[in-house]
Amino acid sequence: MKPLTFTLREAPPERLDLSPLTPERLAGLSARDIGGIRLGLSKRGLTAGDVFGISGRDVQAIVFEGGSSRFDGVGTGMTGGAVRIVGDAGAQAGRRMRGGRLLIEGGAGPHAGSGMRGGRLEILGDAGDHLGGPLAGELAGMNGGVLIVRGRAGAHAADRMRRGVAAVLKGCGDYAGARMIAGTLAVAGGVGRLPGYLMRRGSILLDRVPEELSPSFVECGAPDSTFAAVFDRYLIAEGILERPLLGARPGRFGGDNAVAGTGEILFRPR
Amino acid sequence: MQRLTVNGVTIDDTFAEAFGMRATAVVITGPNRKWARQAAVTMTGFATSVIGCGCEAAIDIELPASRTPDGRPGCRVMLFAVSTDELQKQLQNRLGQCVLTAPGSACFAGLKGAADLKLGSALRYFGDGWQVSKKFGGRHFWRVPVMDGEFFCEATTGLTREAVGGGNLLLVASSNAAALAAAEAAVAAIGRVPGAIMPFPGGIVRSGSKVGGKYKGMTASTNEAFAPTLRGVVNSALGPDDNAVLEIVIDGETSDAVAAAMKAGIGAVTALGPHRGASRISAGNYGGKLGKFHYHLKDLLP
Repeated sequence: MKPLTFTLREAPPERLDLSPLTPERLAGLSARDIGGIRLGLSKRGLTAGDVFGISGRDVQAIVFEGGSSRFDGVGTGMTGGAVRIVGDAGAQAGRRMRGGRLLIEGGAGPHAGSGMRGGRLEILGDAGDHLGGPLAGELAGMNGGVLIVRGRAGAHAADRMRRGVAAVLKGCGDYAGARMIAGTLAVAGGVGRLPGYLMRRGSILLDRVPEELSPSFVECGAPDSTFAAVFDRYLIAEGILERPLLGARPGRFGGDNAVAGTGEILFRPR
Repeated sequence: MQRLTVNGVTIDDTFAEAFGMRATAVVITGPNRKWARQAAVTMTGFATSVIGCGCEAAIDIELPASRTPDGRPGCRVMLFAVSTDELQKQLQNRLGQCVLTAPGSACFAGLKGAADLKLGSALRYFGDGWQVSKKFGGRHFWRVPVMDGEFFCEATTGLTREAVGGGNLLLVASSNAAALAAAEAAVAAIGRVPGAIMPFPGGIVRSGSKVGGKYKGMTASTNEAFAPTLRGVVNSALGPDDNAVLEIVIDGETSDAVAAAMKAGIGAVTALGPHRGASRISAGNYGGKLGKFHYHLKDLLP
């Protein structure tokens, strides 16, 4: 069966909510039903059929031919299957995803992978602010799964992260891993100001010494680390990195001692 | 008893009788081969027989750095016990006292099985609140701060209920030196069989036992039928030229592993021949009524 393919007719005139176009929500629907799903957020009432040419029938493999920064909520709540976007995505891509694979071949907007609990979200371009982070009022951000950004992520990446693995390969903005509760954020390419700001537990793994750290982080030595060795091998085995991030003897800062202080920033020493 | 001969070595037409057991395995790594082995050897010390040690354990195979989860040299260690509870208890105590304590060690699951046994999930409390849980790649690990850094340990390992304990070979020779040479050859060959261990000292038992004894409370006592000094006074299984018998006891992850190990052992002993090694190979059983698994020597010839 051919993948269910949504081919973008032209740049959308307004923001679109693509959260209904996931494998589980489209299962069992006819092509006509799918075409009638309302995506527009204005009184214009745009439907899937207005925005996309629709072909193929396999809802377990959904492809968007063409993307846009106005594509919000792509892959929301996915539990299985695969969604691929040949282009950019807007805000909250992969929000609350629990399983399956979401691949964004372009960039993504803010809150990509927000509150995700499982599955694999991979962004080949850059991601906006609050990668994996909670929306206003929510207590925790990313809660499981694997989130990969091959480009750069904005500020507050992995904000309030609680579980899972987030990896950013070309650097992050300020406050990476701020308020982390647990989980692992790996960043190659440098971080901005104050990584791990107010983190309680969890690990931030860096390929270099952080430049500006909150004074409530304390230096904690650099003994041999089996964890670093195993995690480096995991990153390579998953195809996330090609070379070890930390090496066998990473340096360690413990913190943030302004809160619980049981988190850590591990980094490859100079 | 009908007898076969291979390369001058007589093979008794008998069988080894073995029992179903619970087994688990862990991979122990260290900063180098010496310390990985040391942790594994310490963990498997005093683990020759469930009769007195609670479990039977030994190194299954040594693993090169390229085949361990952390890229350091390691050993796969197997533990066998008669119940899941006893196996958990032995695993936890031995891990805590022998592996956690060894410099630079780490411990990983060595078996995927029907159920899980606790590794790091039990030892994490040693961290006194500073332990760190890490989940990635579908696996769960615990990091426990210790004086040389961290003890890194997988949360659980697998348990198998398909394991078999008590496969054995009795090597009968004209002298102690020849019996030892035959047993060493068998141990070397069986050591290369994956999934099979020989829990006794260096893989060899010199005090083969029978069930029970004349004294109250003895669950096992000497197997006088194979004791050469009693050759003339008991109903002996030994001939006039037999002066020493050594036994190899084998526990396997599966029945096939036990059979493969016994076959490898018989192959090595027969290749050595009767002049340098054993003149006869036999096996221990209880008449076939106690153990579910029977390994007939005639089916395992090289």
